[in-house]
Amino acid sequence: MKLPVQLITGTILTGFFVVAVALSFFWTPHDVTILTIADKLQTPSAEYWLGTDHFGRDMFSMLMVGARTSIAVAIVAVGIGMGVGVPLGLMAAANRGSLLDEVIMRGNDLIFAFPSLVIAILITAVFGPSALNAILAIGIFNIPVFARVTRGAALSVWTLDYILAARTCGKRALRISVEHILPNIANLLIVQGTIQFSLGILAEAGLSYVGLGAQPPTPSWGRMLADAQTYIYSDARLAFLPGIAIVLMVLGLNLMGDGLRDLLDPRIRRER
Amino acid sequence: MIRFAATRLLSLSLSLLMASVVVFAVVEVIPGDPASYMLGLNAAPEAVIALRDELGLNGTLWARYFGWVTGMLAGDFGTSYTYRVPVSDLITQRLWVSLPLALFALLLSTLIAFPVGLIAAARRGKPSDYVIMGVTQLGIAVPNFWFAMLLVLVFAINLHWFNAGGFAGWENGLLAGLKSLTLPAISLALPQASILARIMRSSLLETLTQDYIRTARAKGLTRAQALRRHALRNAMIPVLTIIGLQFSFLIAGGIIIENVFYLPGLGRLIFQGITQRDLVVVESVVMLLVFAVITVTFLVDIAYAAVDPRLRSGR
Amino acid sequence: MISLQNLTLTIHDTPILTDVSFEIPQGQIFGLVGESGSGKSMTALALMQLLPLGSVVGGHVTVEGADVLTLSEPDMCALRGNEISMIFQEPMTALNPVQSIGNQVAETLLIHGKASKSEAAKIARKMLDRVGLPADRFPSSRYPHELSGGQRQRVCIAMAIALRPKLLIADEPTTALDVTTQAQILELLRKLVVEENMSLLLITHDLAVVAGMADHVAVMRKGELVEQGPTEQLFKTMTHPYTKQLFEASSHQPDRVGDTQKTPILEVKNAIREYAAPRTKLFHRPAPFRAVNNVSFTLMRGESLGLVGESGCGKSTLTRAILGLDPLQGGEIRLSGEPVLAGEHMPASLRQKVQIVFQDPYGSFNPRHKVQRLVMEPFHLTQVPENSRAHVAEALETVGMEADAMDRYIHEFSGGQRQRIAIARALVLHPDLIVLDEAVSALDVSIRAQILDLLADLQTRLGLSYLFISHDLTVVRAITDRVLVMKAGEIVEQGPTEQVFTAPSHPYTQQLLDAAPQIPDDWQETKHA
Repeated sequence: MKLPVQLITGTILTGFFVVAVALSFFWTPHDVTILTIADKLQTPSAEYWLGTDHFGRDMFSMLMVGARTSIAVAIVAVGIGMGVGVPLGLMAAANRGSLLDEVIMRGNDLIFAFPSLVIAILITAVFGPSALNAILAIGIFNIPVFARVTRGAALSVWTLDYILAARTCGKRALRISVEHILPNIANLLIVQGTIQFSLGILAEAGLSYVGLGAQPPTPSWGRMLADAQTYIYSDARLAFLPGIAIVLMVLGLNLMGDGLRDLLDPRIRRER
Repeated sequence: MIRFAATRLLSLSLSLLMASVVVFAVVEVIPGDPASYMLGLNAAPEAVIALRDELGLNGTLWARYFGWVTGMLAGDFGTSYTYRVPVSDLITQRLWVSLPLALFALLLSTLIAFPVGLIAAARRGKPSDYVIMGVTQLGIAVPNFWFAMLLVLVFAINLHWFNAGGFAGWENGLLAGLKSLTLPAISLALPQASILARIMRSSLLETLTQDYIRTARAKGLTRAQALRRHALRNAMIPVLTIIGLQFSFLIAGGIIIENVFYLPGLGRLIFQGITQRDLVVVESVVMLLVFAVITVTFLVDIAYAAVDPRLRSGR
Repeated sequence: MISLQNLTLTIHDTPILTDVSFEIPQGQIFGLVGESGSGKSMTALALMQLLPLGSVVGGHVTVEGADVLTLSEPDMCALRGNEISMIFQEPMTALNPVQSIGNQVAETLLIHGKASKSEAAKIARKMLDRVGLPADRFPSSRYPHELSGGQRQRVCIAMAIALRPKLLIADEPTTALDVTTQAQILELLRKLVVEENMSLLLITHDLAVVAGMADHVAVMRKGELVEQGPTEQLFKTMTHPYTKQLFEASSHQPDRVGDTQKTPILEVKNAIREYAAPRTKLFHRPAPFRAVNNVSFTLMRGESLGLVGESGCGKSTLTRAILGLDPLQGGEIRLSGEPVLAGEHMPASLRQKVQIVFQDPYGSFNPRHKVQRLVMEPFHLTQVPENSRAHVAEALETVGMEADAMDRYIHEFSGGQRQRIAIARALVLHPDLIVLDEAVSALDVSIRAQILDLLADLQTRLGLSYLFISHDLTVVRAITDRVLVMKAGEIVEQGPTEQVFTAPSHPYTQQLLDAAPQIPDDWQETKHA
């Protein structure tokens, strides 16, 4: 049995961040709400493991708390996407070719025309920037992603004989969707979920960077990068650290997603 | 094919129409009264009334919407409240930065991704494949704006090959303009190229398992010939759709990247519009972005049909 | 002259072929017969050196004096398509969907450097004409998706013979095709063998096909060649027990006594089913397509009624209407006297009177449910009984399975076992009518015989009525009392099975019977003597 290296590495990486976030609610090396300007821009030491930022805050603690924002936003956004998108996709597939299907597909296309950044811009223009903003923008864009993937996968299951068998047993579309279709496409949806999660982390970072996401004093990795830009000439460390954190987190998620996909899909194709 | 293009064009127009309704609803309806929103809480009532007249906000919702849409079709995007100039002028200026950037990035990413994906698929399981997969795995995890900062650090600050920011302007020559856009385009292109390369690879590998590849081998084609003559074109089909989707991310990414490089593009315009509560500008730029995405989707559909004859006969 | 000597093959250390040896003289048709897993396809792939990764080959394969197994890959590429060609089982996926058929045929010539581009196009056109695709209806610019399965197979043959190979390997070339199309393709192959003095290695599971086509026959089982010889001689004097078993199974007639009673179970009167045809023009809606056109028949209690027809004749559509899945646009269907209305209007009490067994044992079950849940599914129509396990156990034992199968997952079972479970699922509510939709078509010949025996036995014991849908005339003949012949949505003939098969009245029935490959009677006499 080939060792699932990807899956293990990915899970460890992701797990590390999840643990850090959980821990951050109880303990961080330093308190990020206190600005100690006197200690600003220090290099790593025993007291400040990764040094301090321009406000004297401990970088390590900042990263831990910032991880909260990234994960929270990304997870809720995936929740929105799945929670709305999957049922829509199932309904569209169950009623293929009907008006409902057309409407859902059209709706999908419409949302696809608005990248999450644009949605975030629209929401901010009216309601002002916030973390909720980011959640909505990314979440809304996730809906057609999941709807489309669900519909496609569901359609291919609908053509199978055992669905016909269920129909001859009098089962209706809703029941069939839940009892037969969903369990057989669940693997695909889980993998898509990890993909959207990692995309969500990246998107949240981008939105915070341009100021459309979580606002100070809530730390977020994107915001940290924006602040770091002014100091890039003198202390590039401020720009390195949050970036590397993002890369590691996303990498971990991607590896986990790939590993999961390989694990859940046992069809090994050999090329001739 | 004509029929296919016509139906797609109809679809495009419908999408645009629906998008315009959404944008209008969000920008002009939700805030309540746009004029008082734009002027803020402490505005004098006369100023609000004056602005309402100026913006033509006294008509019914339908009339305003209709007026806005017909205006846009004629090229009139209204007048910016902050700058007091036609928005179309502002947009055209900035477009000359944002559009070339997006296209430059698209070109770079496809030029890199295709050969890389092809090599990885052809050398599957061999060391070069693992290296490529590793590098691309990293590439998709990197936020493009952070990568941009790193590029600035290395190539501008340390090596002085490029400027750290700013736009030289096309008036100073094509090369000068392109030079300003190089680092931004590369930082945009890297994650996209990584995604594309991986998709290219998996699409090719998937295609190589198809029966018609076996038929080709049975005819005497070598593995390389089968890949080139049969697998490639078929593998392109799903990749095309992804490129279309990627373009919308490129546009969004471009807006963020402009921030890193202080480029005077659409991004700067819209962020200023937000801070200054210039709803006219926000409305127009959003509509433009949406238009760009929808148009690219349309072009991708056409390209798709050009490559795959099954779509043309409507089956 | 092609000769195989002691060909052995292992894939990842699993033995696939052991000591396979035979010779194909030039210009002869050699039939290689076996069931699934016998290694017949692998033998062909070994000849072409197109084996999967992990394959280790031993022995010799001599083509015109040269040992193919020792050739390098570039030399092998020069041989393929040129001296040895191959066509495969699935014509629907064998062609590149984005290239025209003319280009694909011409490619064979271009790859081997035998013609310039314009010459190759001309030769390709000639080849297409030769395989029965004339230019007026099938221009070279046609794409594969515009052709039917049989037509695509012809294109594959054109590609394969373009360079006049010494040997053509045909791996189950007609298994996926209709009976009449099959006859045409086999006839085409026979013609080409004669015209080109080409050898043909015909791989099939169908003894009747081989009886009609091959000069020599070899029988394979589990990677070994168990018996071979000139065709007629082998059929008349077969010695190996497996050959005898195979022979018996392919012409197997279960012992059954038809017990048709007087009460009608299923009545179909003037049934019409239409659906909207796809739009080809933007503003013109085409007339609806009539899949079932004025079909009438009656099925009596205890009767086994066959429904025969080729693909596209409307039998699937008719079946779905009978099951109450799709509505009729005209006429009516009655089940035990009550009208069948599609969708929500069909009461559960009516639905439980008819159950279905499908063709594909691999697609008929949800892979995530255990067998107990799968067999229990029809209980959705009634109350789930308290002793449900007992019901399931009973159903499984009736079909010859162990009761403990219900705690396993479906992927643990073979095709034949799955069909038994499918029958158990159909039986669990004690329905009046069971529809068997090509229920044995996907099974190996020996398993098929067992399932037919089971079905006959169940009918007698439980007083079931069957609607037996199949394209395979031999099977229908073995298990039905009466038969309906369907073509283009209409019933063209109906009557007692023996009568229809020996003295058909409609020309289409005659056409079907002529096309069906048969083992000559005098070869069979020696068996039943």
